Amino acid sequence: MVTFNFVPYHEIDELSSAKRVNKLLNIVKQKKIVLLEGRLTKQEEADLIEITMEEIGERFKGIELAVIDPQLADLGGMRRLKYGLASVLLGNRQGITVIGPASVVKAIRKNPNSIELSTYEARRRTRRRS
Amino acid sequence: MANIVTHLFNRLFRNIFRNRNHVKLGLYGPPNAGKSTLANRICQDWLGEEMSVVSNIPHETREILLKEEVSIKNKRGKQLSFSLVDTPGIATKIDYEDFIKRGLKESVAKKRAKEATRGVIEAIKWLDQMDAVAVVLDATQDPYSQVNITIVGNLQARDIPVLIVANKTDLRRARVQRVEAAFPQYQVVGISARKGANVEQFYEQLFKLVR
Repeated sequence: MVTFNFVPYHEIDELSSAKRVNKLLNIVKQKKIVLLEGRLTKQEEADLIEITMEEIGERFKGIELAVIDPQLADLGGMRRLKYGLASVLLGNRQGITVIGPASVVKAIRKNPNSIELSTYEARRRTRRRS
Repeated sequence: MANIVTHLFNRLFRNIFRNRNHVKLGLYGPPNAGKSTLANRICQDWLGEEMSVVSNIPHETREILLKEEVSIKNKRGKQLSFSLVDTPGIATKIDYEDFIKRGLKESVAKKRAKEATRGVIEAIKWLDQMDAVAVVLDATQDPYSQVNITIVGNLQARDIPVLIVANKTDLRRARVQRVEAAFPQYQVVGISARKGANVEQFYEQLFKLVR
């Protein structure tokens, strides 16, 4: 069985970058797949990889990570401005971030607006669309 | 706010002190994309020697390798000098059992995995020191991998010029167009570092990258 843990953006909104990354990683280390509303910053993504590397050992093999981010460049002028302003005011709430333990999630493939997630346990593919 | 100030300071500092004729050029990318093969190709072409050990087993390069004073010339005789930085492949997972499957003994595999995790951390820490980066991708693999996007995104956030190298074009499954579609805002050059195919175009792009 695979467990998904939804994390709404407001749960990490007020946290520092280090606490955000640690909160998400702690869920993943419980062998749950995180579905985060929105996305981390680029620096936080790099921090997530760094901290993951520090935590790797006999039991924890690392993570699989994927982000589906709406392409604002594809939107028209006013809508792009609206969503851009919303991001500034409310944070990176657009898109979805998927973080899974490497011992459970075999691979995550983006294409680029869909995510294909294959797991070791289920041994079958489930497909999710944003 | 602090991030914005740091970013502006770094940008100003870099622009003041960067000598465009001598830059630090980093080779970044996921494991086994051919970074070390490309480093060796550059060093063989311009210094007549190799720089890195290459292997089919991922994470062969587990620490930063630096080659000072690499000078290349283009067709118009213009010279570009740089320090070449070959970095460990950036990954989100490292399992020593994968190395055992590749034929390594358990103790060697565990040591390699430990060193590889340190290498990834070191590679990320070195990002800030780069003046320009060639992101080396295996053109036979999925370019939309989050590691690739995170590397490029972090370089963009640091205002570091980026060239995407779609490597392994000698292989039948290579799809340079797919890499171009994944990174439409960047210059993409398809090469075979192993065979030396199209490396002249790569050198030309390096001149544009650090212009």
